[in-house]
Amino acid sequence: MSTPNLVPPAHNCETCPVHNVGNLIKLGINMDNWDYAVALAGNPNTGKSTIFNALTGLRQHTGNWPGKTVSRAEGGFSYGGHRYKLVDLPGTYSLLSTSLDEEVARNFILFGQPDVTIIVADATRLERNLNLVLQVLEITNRAVVALNLMDEARRHGLTVDERSLARDLGVPVVPTSARSRQGIPDLLQAVSEVATGKIVCQPHRLKSEPPALKKAVAELVAQLEAAFPGLPNARWVALRLLDGDPRIVEAVERGELGELARTETGPAEANLYLPLEVANHA
Amino acid sequence: MLNQNQLQPTPLAVPSAQDILNKAAQLRWEVGSNVHETVVEAIYTDAARIADRAVIYPDRPPRFNLDRTIDRLVTSRLWGFPLMILLFTVVFWLTIAGANIPSGMLATLLLDTIHPMLKAGAASIGLPWWLDGLLIDGIYMGTAWVVSVMLPPMAIFFPLFTLLEDFGYLPRVAFNLDNLFKKSGAHGKQSLSMMMGFGCNAAGVIATRIIDSPRERLIAIVTNNFALCNGRWPTQILIASLFIGALVPSYLAGLISALAVVGVALLGVLLSFGVSWALSRTLLKGEASTFSLELPPYRPPRFWQTIYTSLIDRTIYVLWRAIVFAAPAGAVIWLSANIQLGGVSIAEHLIGFLNPFGLLIGLNGVILLAYIVAIPANEIVIPTVLMLTVLVTGMHGLGAGAGVMFEAGDNETLSLLNAGGWTLLTAVNLMLFSLMHNPCSTTIYTIYKETGSAKWAAISAVLPLALGFVVTFIVAQVWRLIAGM
Repeated sequence: MSTPNLVPPAHNCETCPVHNVGNLIKLGINMDNWDYAVALAGNPNTGKSTIFNALTGLRQHTGNWPGKTVSRAEGGFSYGGHRYKLVDLPGTYSLLSTSLDEEVARNFILFGQPDVTIIVADATRLERNLNLVLQVLEITNRAVVALNLMDEARRHGLTVDERSLARDLGVPVVPTSARSRQGIPDLLQAVSEVATGKIVCQPHRLKSEPPALKKAVAELVAQLEAAFPGLPNARWVALRLLDGDPRIVEAVERGELGELARTETGPAEANLYLPLEVANHA
Repeated sequence: MLNQNQLQPTPLAVPSAQDILNKAAQLRWEVGSNVHETVVEAIYTDAARIADRAVIYPDRPPRFNLDRTIDRLVTSRLWGFPLMILLFTVVFWLTIAGANIPSGMLATLLLDTIHPMLKAGAASIGLPWWLDGLLIDGIYMGTAWVVSVMLPPMAIFFPLFTLLEDFGYLPRVAFNLDNLFKKSGAHGKQSLSMMMGFGCNAAGVIATRIIDSPRERLIAIVTNNFALCNGRWPTQILIASLFIGALVPSYLAGLISALAVVGVALLGVLLSFGVSWALSRTLLKGEASTFSLELPPYRPPRFWQTIYTSLIDRTIYVLWRAIVFAAPAGAVIWLSANIQLGGVSIAEHLIGFLNPFGLLIGLNGVILLAYIVAIPANEIVIPTVLMLTVLVTGMHGLGAGAGVMFEAGDNETLSLLNAGGWTLLTAVNLMLFSLMHNPCSTTIYTIYKETGSAKWAAISAVLPLALGFVVTFIVAQVWRLIAGM
């Protein structure tokens, strides 16, 4: 079986004009008739807006400080014959707490149902960034991790094994240095493959909860799935209900979850037979 | 346990939303109240395990860590504030010293060269006097004045400020201020929204979304106006260099003017603390909540890109906004100066009406009228002041007629203002009033949208204005008392 090109090629490829970034057409604020919606999530100050600008050609203000983006910005790009709408979300450390900027991020991933979520992680602070990555992976099935700030990691003498990471997370992991545009072509490729269903993710789900909680979650999931067939993230909804999250309680009451379930018949379904290569990269 | 569930026959009826919520409520009793902690712990455990497998750390940590060393210095109790003041003084000094020459050149080009050419052109095609006045003396002059006075300082100040921001200095300022905000009963993140306010108050108000508690967010919104915005920096810089810089020998003028501007900006920060403190003990009582502030690594600024984006996004944006508002304001001023009621122009009526109160607080009617005209944009205060002063002093020899936004290099500006009865007190109080008055209409509207409350929008508008009146009144009285002794 051939292996999708998830591991970035040597850097001199990227300077070659034939390299597939030529496929990228930055559409700026033009987002008409998009085929796929892509969200950019991640910790504050990891370079989401920089990636956003690199893909859309817009000039969303970037700055070296957390909390720069508080509302979501949208832009468009076209790649490999498909049109994408890209949504830059506010940076957040967690999807579990309740400040307005964190809620903007969470609600979009949960209720906006992006076709792909790019989770931007700071390679120099991987452990803390993974906390959010894991939370996002609880919510969505289709994600790509952009392991950003690789240049800084290298400067600090850190080596990050993106294959091990991809295997553990169950989603493609692309090393990038967005400030100098490195890795953007590979990121685009991974996003398009997840969007079109060429890659089917098997995202990491939490395993280390205590048995009592596991049982409670399973019971609720059964009910949720009966009430809302096809709900993509019943487990996470169950966890939030057990935590008494008012926004999720409200979503159940108002039937927003039902809408989630209906929209979850994305293009990924068509290509389920293609296994996730990253997961098999032993 | 999972198996039992799967073995159970499918329930006859699909559970309703209420069934699910009841079930959840019941299960919550069984799992206990620490679900949140349990989930967070599970996440942390997994994250640590995965990260540990993926990251290989360097054999031994580098002996010298530059980031740490810089941080120890710029956030130290002893050196943090002095360094901050020094850094901002240098930025303003570069701005003031560097803007003089290009400002003069632009004024010569746009006002002394192009304006007469336009007038001659209008005369040659026989444009009626009122249209010529409205278009060329009103709209063109208003626009040209804004460009020549504001473009050079902004083209220097914004790139410098953006470089500091890109380098990662702003969160350190926030770190230094955090403790003081907390002591004022406000949220430490307010220091971040204040940093945004130093660019634009409307943006600063939106930035308060990072604050979770509604009480602290309201405090941050109401006090954001005390961060001097883009539209007010030029006023501060110009008045400081005209009046404060003139007090000292010329080789010190730039430095002293810069210090005066930094002083007003710092006063704004102190006012933020003071008003936050007062609000959190009266209208918005409550405890300050805690948060963690991440100090990002220092990053070498991308020099050319920063210059480019700061010129496009900030300089041109602010300039454009100024022009958009200055052009119609120029027209309105020209009209009010040329339409007469009972032999006196509307503008003179208004100035005469406002003058007694203006003088009481150490300003004058011209300045107050200018601030009314400038409600849509602080950027046009100075052009409006100059134009109205020409009108009042009747120095028509200098301008080309009633309602012409005045063409002037710095020294002519000074002599004009002196002729308009300006003193050092007027200048000082104008700088204070520029810091403490109602936010621009865009900011007020943003506050209304963010809070959803007309009451808080009104409080945010009136509170700084009232404070401005009180402070300028006291300064004027004390000043006159001392001067009269």
